[in-house]
Amino acid sequence: MNSTIDARGLSCPQPVILVMGKIKEQASGAIEILVDTDTARENVSRAAKSKGWKVDRTEQDGAGYRIVILKE
Amino acid sequence: MRMNNFLASRWGIISVGAIIGLLAAVLQKLGNPGNMGICVACFERDIAGALGLHRAEAVQYLRPEILGFVLGAFLAALLFREFKPRAGSAPIVRFILGAFAMIGALVFLGCPWRAMLRLAGGDLTAVLGIAGLVFGVWVGTLFLKNGYTLGRAQATSKTAGAIMPFMALGLLLFLFIYPQIQGEGVSGVLFYSVKGPGSMHASLLVSLAIGLVVGGMAQQSRFCTMGALRDLVLFGQTHLLGGVIALVLFAFLANLVFGQFNLGFTGQPVAHTMHFWNFAGMTLAGLAFSLAGGCPGRQLFLSGEGDGDAAVFVIGMVAGAAFAHNFGLASSAAGIGPLGAAAVGTGLVVCLLIGWGMRAKGI
Repeated sequence: MNSTIDARGLSCPQPVILVMGKIKEQASGAIEILVDTDTARENVSRAAKSKGWKVDRTEQDGAGYRIVILKE
Repeated sequence: MRMNNFLASRWGIISVGAIIGLLAAVLQKLGNPGNMGICVACFERDIAGALGLHRAEAVQYLRPEILGFVLGAFLAALLFREFKPRAGSAPIVRFILGAFAMIGALVFLGCPWRAMLRLAGGDLTAVLGIAGLVFGVWVGTLFLKNGYTLGRAQATSKTAGAIMPFMALGLLLFLFIYPQIQGEGVSGVLFYSVKGPGSMHASLLVSLAIGLVVGGMAQQSRFCTMGALRDLVLFGQTHLLGGVIALVLFAFLANLVFGQFNLGFTGQPVAHTMHFWNFAGMTLAGLAFSLAGGCPGRQLFLSGEGDGDAAVFVIGMVAGAAFAHNFGLASSAAGIGPLGAAAVGTGLVVCLLIGWGMRAKGI
């Protein structure tokens, strides 16, 4: 199952709370996360890795970033 | 997009915390008040005094460190393409949170940075303040877990994002146009302290240079004292905490070298021994920082990288300082002010109502 989280415009620590919540619901697969600051990009990637997810790719998306995390 | 930002790595944030701790001790050595090499709350309060927003004569100085923090963060954000003008996430709520955060901090007599520096200087009354800070942040995380949000910010124009950095630049010009005159309380439009903590400061250029360095490094590393505690409580993450521990450790070591370490509960500089109110003041501040998403230092750095909501929080803190000294809410070495207890109670009620009221499902 794949899903998307739009965390653009949200301040600390809400992007991470949203990702952690989704990781709890979804044990594996891919999650796409949209963020708009470098801090959120770093925090989300760090949180995903701490939960055993892999950061598959991070791309520029407009003024922000699109991060895809994966777990087999 | 830069993927190799060393300062945002584990050792990066630890290095930044260590450097801030060292530089704070150096600033004290060079003239800043005791255990107040850097204090965001105290220094913004001094700025409110310098501009005449309150007239507490002992705390009036347009602290260049604060201006340096904003400008340093601004320059670093421009250099690394992280300047992202954004605004519109419940600004009035952020203003109120800033005002009460400041009131709580001035009941304790320090922001989280100074709480750590007081500990590093041997001031054991700071332990109660830090305990209050942890408790306040913990209460904040309960709201965060239950869907508390201030809503989304929107991208805005570069002009809007640059207002805070340009305000800092304008105030810096004031310092050069109206420099301190020996023994005088006024110079042009600025007020200065002749005695008291406001009269104690390192030279303008040294303070400004250190402010710029700290501002740049803190923006890049995302250093945040409140975030350190929050991430530990909320996610069990210790990334930011490493920076705070390094700050305390290196400030402690530097204080030992400079002969600035003095262990005890009494006779501590710009501190009082009303332990309950040290705890309660910082509980209020911690809760307000937690609901606003950053400690006062972090809010300055965010305002430098174009975050208009963080800028409103900062202005709220300056207004809170003016209220605190105009209405007798701020503490002194003798203890809390006449209305300090009432203000902490009011602030806690207001913050709890904000935390409870601002919940949203599916933001």
